[in-house]
Amino acid sequence: MTTAPTGAPQRRETSPRPADRPTAPRGHRPMTAARRANRAGLAFVSPTFLVVLVVVVLPILWTVLLAFQKARLVDIQGMGLLGNWSLDNFTQVFGSAGFWSSLTTTLLYTAGATLGSVVLGLVAALALRKPFRGRGLLRAAMLLPYVAPVVAVAFVWEVALSPQYGIVNDWGRRLFGWDDPIAFLSTREYEVHLLGLHVDIPLALLTVIAFECWRYFPFAFLFILARLQAVPDGLEEAALVDGATPTQRFRHILLPQLMPVIALLCVLRFIMTFNKFDDVYLLTGGGAGTDVAAVRVYDFLTARYDVGAAAAQALVLAASLMILLGFYFRFFGNKVQEDS
Amino acid sequence: MTRKTALTRAHVEERLFGVLRWCVIAFLALITLLPFSYMLLLSVKPIDALLLDPGSLWISAKDFTLSTYRDVLRSTGEGGQGFLRFLLNSALVSLGTVVLTLLAAVPGAYAISRLKFFGHRQVSALFLAVYLFPATLLAVPLFVVFARMGLSSSLVGLAIVYVAQTVPVSIYMLKNYLVTIPASIEEAAALDGCTRLQTVRKVILPLTLPSLMATGLYVFMIAWNEFLFALLFLAAAPGKWTVSLGLAQLSNGVEVPKTILMAGSVVLTIPVVLLFFAAERLLTEGLTSGADKS
Repeated sequence: MTTAPTGAPQRRETSPRPADRPTAPRGHRPMTAARRANRAGLAFVSPTFLVVLVVVVLPILWTVLLAFQKARLVDIQGMGLLGNWSLDNFTQVFGSAGFWSSLTTTLLYTAGATLGSVVLGLVAALALRKPFRGRGLLRAAMLLPYVAPVVAVAFVWEVALSPQYGIVNDWGRRLFGWDDPIAFLSTREYEVHLLGLHVDIPLALLTVIAFECWRYFPFAFLFILARLQAVPDGLEEAALVDGATPTQRFRHILLPQLMPVIALLCVLRFIMTFNKFDDVYLLTGGGAGTDVAAVRVYDFLTARYDVGAAAAQALVLAASLMILLGFYFRFFGNKVQEDS
Repeated sequence: MTRKTALTRAHVEERLFGVLRWCVIAFLALITLLPFSYMLLLSVKPIDALLLDPGSLWISAKDFTLSTYRDVLRSTGEGGQGFLRFLLNSALVSLGTVVLTLLAAVPGAYAISRLKFFGHRQVSALFLAVYLFPATLLAVPLFVVFARMGLSSSLVGLAIVYVAQTVPVSIYMLKNYLVTIPASIEEAAALDGCTRLQTVRKVILPLTLPSLMATGLYVFMIAWNEFLFALLFLAAAPGKWTVSLGLAQLSNGVEVPKTILMAGSVVLTIPVVLLFFAAERLLTEGLTSGADKS
């Protein structure tokens, strides 16, 4: 199929002198369609390939090298590409205070945000499945958190949650009788009294997760709704005739149809959130128990100008993600592969 | 008997979900619209009004002011925050990124969807693998290299990084659209004597226009909203700040009143939201095409 267009011009050129072809080399030999497609294809892909190579692949390779070297930003100017090999950076990264807690935080944050945004997206898609007045408008409005600049929305959340002039605390005091304003973004642990029990909840982390769910549920919503609208009506009608209740129809008809796209979304969101920097940095700056690994890399790089340690930390982050994805595809890979 | 209970269960559930559905819809409308209306509301208030009554969701006519916008847009020399300059920087970087990305992505997507070349199966997966690596991993060496090349405080360097970040997804979106164009159209063009480049320019490009628009818009949004690389490369050069970076840097301090910054965030949000609404259908379809095929 794909070679068809290349077949045509070739035929046009060779057909006037069909006897020419087998005896061949005179001046320039007409290329076969496959070779031509090969050449054109490589030529067309090369600009992209070049950009990706220079700005993505080479830097990554260099990061790997840097992670094994003693490198500070000041002495990197005169430094060669190789030299000063050491494992110091890794011992420093693994040994530094808060490495493991940061990894745990990253995992909690990623898992919470992924699950939350996909579930909220699913609920939203189900609610907006059937037409109603104003659906188009609401659908468009719901994409706002996703398309709006992260800096702007993070700033709005910051102001709204502020203990001094935030609307949330003001309303909380008025409606729920909160005694003191709650500093949502800077409270590591908030004590909750529930039925005589004292529970400490990681408030800042939960707030950041909530922000992430809010910002990315439209993404899940879009994909799930698109898939939902492609489910043939006949299936559900048949189940309806057989007397299936809404929950049964969802559980046995819709969910199996949606499962591939949900799995794909979970993987995508997990990868994206795991590497996420902006949201946490903007909301809490990585303080109050929200020091996800990506923010630590940034701190190593800009606060201490320790390029080697930053590279090592970034590498550890990438490696953990690879391991997690490896596990995932090991156990659930077949399902996703079938879909894609 | 069983038949009857089943019927009532179905009945109860129908009712329950009928009500729940509206609750969910109201909840969704609330959480998506409220933050943005809050942003708009605060941006037209003087700071005293906010401090006096932080919980009010309304604004009285005598408080209403547009001076916040004047303050935020005016250049720093005139006592403002210089957002006009930031807007210009953002626009330059984003438009440059869009043009460069499309220039690189159109041939790439065409090749992947139409031509059997060495490695054509692997290459799109390879490009998408870019997103597997954390941006922070790239940030370290790019930071160093750009510092060396003197590109560290330049908008050009930033645009190059953005192109690398957006080319893979652009290729993916364009490819999904290109495969829906029948190959026979190209065969016809070839029969009429078009070379491949002519075919791409005169036949394929006009046909892919909707997808090109959608992809371009998406790339524009990514570049406009981006924050990490802008922070890394431009933080030291306030004259080169993008709007996102400017807002983030200023909101860290306490000198600038929050309502003025709120006007800044409105200014930052509006271009993206306008573009998005102008092309909503185009965009959502471009992004999710392929998701609905099982």
